[in-house]
Amino acid sequence: MSDGPDSHGPGPIPEERDGDPNREAGGLPERHRVRPERERPGDVDPLPEAPPKEVREGQERRLMNAWRTPKGWRYWSAVNNSEVGLWYTLAAFAFFLFGGVLALLMRVQLAFPENDFLSADRYNQVFTLHGSVMMFLFAVPIFEAFSILILPQMLGARDLPFPRLSAFGFWCYLIGGTFVCGSIFFDAAPKGGWFMYPPMTTDYQPGVGADIWLLGLSFIEIASIAAAVELIVGALKCRPPGMRVNLMPLYSWYILVVGAMILFAFPPLIAGDILLEMERAFDWPFFDPARGGDPVLWQHLFWIFGHPEVYIVFLPSVALMAMIVPTFARTPIVGYSWVVLAAVGTGFLSFGLWVHHMFTIGLPGVSIGIFSAASMAVAIPTGVQLFCFLATLLVGKAAGRSAAMLFILASLVTFVAGGLTGVMVAVAPFDFQAHDTYFVVGHLHYVLVGGTIFPIVGGFYYFYPLASGGKRLSERLGRIAFWLLLIGFNVTFLPMHWSGLRGMPRRVYTYPAGLGVDTLNLISSCGAFLLAAGFLVFVWDVLRPKGKEPTVPRNLWNAGTLEWLAEIPDRPWGVRSIPEIDSRYPLWDQPNFVRDVDEGRFYVPDAKEELRETLVTSVIDAQPQQCLRVPGPSFLPALAALFTGGLFIFATYHWWWWAGGSGLLGLGTILVWLWTGAARIPEKESKDVGLGLTLPIYLSGPQAVGWWAMTITMIGDMTAFISLVFGYLFYWTVHPEFPPAGLADPDRLLLLIGGGASIAAWGATLLARRWNRQDRAAAFYIAAGAAVSLALGGAAALTAAPWRAGLDPTEHVYPAIVWVLAGWTVLHVLTGVIMQLYCVARRLAGRMTARYDADLCNVTLYWHFLALTVAITTATLAGFPLLAGTLP
Amino acid sequence: MTDRPGQVRPPATRLGAMAGAVGLLSAVGMIGCRGTQSALDPAGPAAAGVLSLFWWMLGGGVLIWLAVAGLALYAIVIERPQHEPTATRWWVIGGGVVAPTVILTVLLIYGLQLIPPLVRDAPPGSLTVEVDGVRWWWRVRYLTPDGPVETANEIRLPVDEPVQFLLRSDDVIHSFWIPALGGKMDMIPGRENRLALTADRAGTFRGACAEYCGASHALMNFDVQTLPRQEFDAWLAAQRAPAVEPETELGAAGARLFLQSGCGACHAVRGTAADGGVGPDLTHLGGRRTIGAGMLPNDVEALRRWIRDVDELKPDVDMPAFDHLSEEELRAIAVYLKGLK
Repeated sequence: MSDGPDSHGPGPIPEERDGDPNREAGGLPERHRVRPERERPGDVDPLPEAPPKEVREGQERRLMNAWRTPKGWRYWSAVNNSEVGLWYTLAAFAFFLFGGVLALLMRVQLAFPENDFLSADRYNQVFTLHGSVMMFLFAVPIFEAFSILILPQMLGARDLPFPRLSAFGFWCYLIGGTFVCGSIFFDAAPKGGWFMYPPMTTDYQPGVGADIWLLGLSFIEIASIAAAVELIVGALKCRPPGMRVNLMPLYSWYILVVGAMILFAFPPLIAGDILLEMERAFDWPFFDPARGGDPVLWQHLFWIFGHPEVYIVFLPSVALMAMIVPTFARTPIVGYSWVVLAAVGTGFLSFGLWVHHMFTIGLPGVSIGIFSAASMAVAIPTGVQLFCFLATLLVGKAAGRSAAMLFILASLVTFVAGGLTGVMVAVAPFDFQAHDTYFVVGHLHYVLVGGTIFPIVGGFYYFYPLASGGKRLSERLGRIAFWLLLIGFNVTFLPMHWSGLRGMPRRVYTYPAGLGVDTLNLISSCGAFLLAAGFLVFVWDVLRPKGKEPTVPRNLWNAGTLEWLAEIPDRPWGVRSIPEIDSRYPLWDQPNFVRDVDEGRFYVPDAKEELRETLVTSVIDAQPQQCLRVPGPSFLPALAALFTGGLFIFATYHWWWWAGGSGLLGLGTILVWLWTGAARIPEKESKDVGLGLTLPIYLSGPQAVGWWAMTITMIGDMTAFISLVFGYLFYWTVHPEFPPAGLADPDRLLLLIGGGASIAAWGATLLARRWNRQDRAAAFYIAAGAAVSLALGGAAALTAAPWRAGLDPTEHVYPAIVWVLAGWTVLHVLTGVIMQLYCVARRLAGRMTARYDADLCNVTLYWHFLALTVAITTATLAGFPLLAGTLP
Repeated sequence: MTDRPGQVRPPATRLGAMAGAVGLLSAVGMIGCRGTQSALDPAGPAAAGVLSLFWWMLGGGVLIWLAVAGLALYAIVIERPQHEPTATRWWVIGGGVVAPTVILTVLLIYGLQLIPPLVRDAPPGSLTVEVDGVRWWWRVRYLTPDGPVETANEIRLPVDEPVQFLLRSDDVIHSFWIPALGGKMDMIPGRENRLALTADRAGTFRGACAEYCGASHALMNFDVQTLPRQEFDAWLAAQRAPAVEPETELGAAGARLFLQSGCGACHAVRGTAADGGVGPDLTHLGGRRTIGAGMLPNDVEALRRWIRDVDELKPDVDMPAFDHLSEEELRAIAVYLKGLK
């Protein structure tokens, strides 16, 4: 339990509050704190005196001008985290309610044997959409939505580094989600299950439903990845000075873990989506065994995504617990490092378990045993996290009497039950029986409702004052909701374990009378309505008008973390000044902390140019590095999302011209957005951010947030690419001879030329960056021109390689996977060309100079990854056929 | 809005009452284990082994749940003194690391040693049955030294003998599951999966498709009958024989109508001109317990309904509804089919 040098002992226990509403804002209980003797560089005390009142009022006026939320119809051009996060959270919650109504429809249908409330076709649409909505439109987005809302406040930052990216992600999500959900009103919803196994979804579902699933959800997955990039960079680079990694709130740790998991888990699914949609739209036989394909490849790609997904959904709720528990226990978390290690461990392990969803596909006993053991092992880090919370509660006072804490209790008892049945199904012999039965339906709802939804409801009760301008939810309604939800949940899902073992498979729209599951199903259906009643009470509590109720005091729960600095009513700038942190619970530990923040005694208390600014710090030590200007309101992200959505939605209906046009408009909008909003050259080199610190306004290279965003995005991109390469190698493992005899290989010479030219283009890009830095304009233009020419030539040669060899992708899976890898690479090279041309244009327009070269740095970074992609593609396509002959 | 943490008192008794209610519900559920499709009512060593594994896990799981839930209640709700941080850290090590490691290791050893018999093939020479999952029925072929014997939607097995199943699919992924005999195994296009099952008592059971396979996934079931070896041999010999001639005038008329209506294009009735291979083999349909892949009882009325309204009974089924036939014609065909013992 090594907690670092700043470890708290038993922890300061703030005074028990007795609800004095007149308490003044700055009057939080404060305790003298002994500063650590070792002074770190940059460890600075706040101003000893508050600036004079007139100065402060001037600062506040300028801050207000910079951060003011747009009014009227322009409100929807807002990009600030507090608006986007709120819309995002509400939208995710609306999709949750929609998914819940779908669940009720199912429970009505299954209440009685041989019921005809829903037809088979309709039921299959409903259950497919229920699972897809809950996983893709609720569980992952609500985490991202809420994190966008709360993370800057937790870090004492004014916004996330890329507000417009958050807004773009939100609009993509809203458009895509509405498209997917709306399909059911036209009887056109997907009906392949949320797992979409081919060949059912390739050859046996001719309607548009499967395409809606594949394209609509791919679109949303891209938005999810965008939000993950934003949150990871936010947690790494936008922390307040002094908040070293070991002082981060646990929530930020979970954001990092979950963001990284999204980055590695979603791309394999996107790769799978590409293959499946190519088979549906163009008859490329990736999953057709008659032409060398294999449906099992989809299962691997899906579950490499699908199992981490469970933890992507669950860990954020653990993060909520990690914030709520210490507050109510009135003591710092016990075993901070253990929780962090366990969260990271859970993240890692979750990528090694996917095969346990495939125990019945006919695997060798050894594989089954290994994955069985790994699946059980994940119980250990999960147990560590839960016991750390229990230990924290034991150290603290018994404080579980508010609604937020009751839902934590509900979560613990429910999730533990789900975890125990999870261990049961991890034991492969039992899974052979339980797999694909209602036992699993029961198990997964114990995990997801207990582990995810109950803490979210608790989180609503806890965080509501921060998002509502100081109103709170009713404790009385909260208790009613708690009992209804807890009882309704167990009445619904406990009997399902039994119906499953008595032989009821999943995804059946009906069951015969007398099988022995009639009563159990009726009980489940009754429970579902009790559960729904509980959610109704909760929703009413959230939405009911609260205009006449008094606002709550600031920091209602007397919490110790930075988000509770929020003033009531809240101010659009977030924090009045960005504090120096040297505790995990600064509101508990740092003397006069709230006063100092409020009086602008810390960093960036002013917005002299009336521009939106926040601090960027170093990744490990949170040393201040930059005063980052973040962009303000704009409709461009929404417009870009609309056009990007058009690309996907038109493609669903095979309206290729419309899709292409919409895609080009989307690209154009994004270019305008970048051109006008990103990497703007500041009017001065650096600026005084207060406390004697002067920071640069513009950074390029590894210190810049843009560099981090590009790196993280490209890691996700490479993961998708590697998944496609995995597909190539997978076909080799399932075929006695692959590449098969009698099928042409792509032209090896052209591949090598294409690969060579593309890699040379990378080299030219590197030269262009160097010569731009040296301010040798002519040399830069020559290098950039050479890079563009080489890249175009490379792309042409890489396209010609399979083309000239006459590879027909509909004939067999081998030419099809070759075309996919070549096509992926060519598209990336062409994207790289657009980026190079963009840099040339920026330099010509004077928007990029030798000093201000962030654009070119990021493009070069893209080309590093691209060179790797090209090398792997060339080596695989040209080299593997030679190698395969020599392998056993 | 006068609520404050500290005022609200959910009495422990109410939580206790709730725990009681949950327990009662479980008890209600536990009353029933029996059933033809129940993994809790095993008729073979594989299913029995898994079931005793389940009882052990359930018992252990309930104990662990009670312990953790009790601790959570104590920590959150009960008035109690604050504990020393150093002491509580042992909870993390003990409860989070040591206890699960020990318990899971024991469970893993128990679970792993159950796997080999479940994935092992039946000894060479065992009865081999090839089952194809077809949307939404089962093609069953007994591979005997004297040639294959085909039937559909019904599997009969000799008691106390391991039987080797070869599982395939030509369309989508299905999963072959007889809960009373053992776990399930997927049927994947382009692959052949193997599953060995043994029945240790005679009886009538039901199997189901466990992998979602489209519109009528819920209606893809089959009958399983386990018999003493002699009875099984007699049954298999009867199945091998061609169809019997219709005994009644009505049945003979039905046989003619069956051919005239084109039924033979999809269905085979061995010994007649009907030799289609697309749909289920009907040579001995009359002797099966149910029709439509475990959907309806096998009687003249149900057969008549099936032929007339098949599209309503089984959504998206490939077979067209023969609703243009008159009631007498339908009845004649039904009588003919029922007579195919």
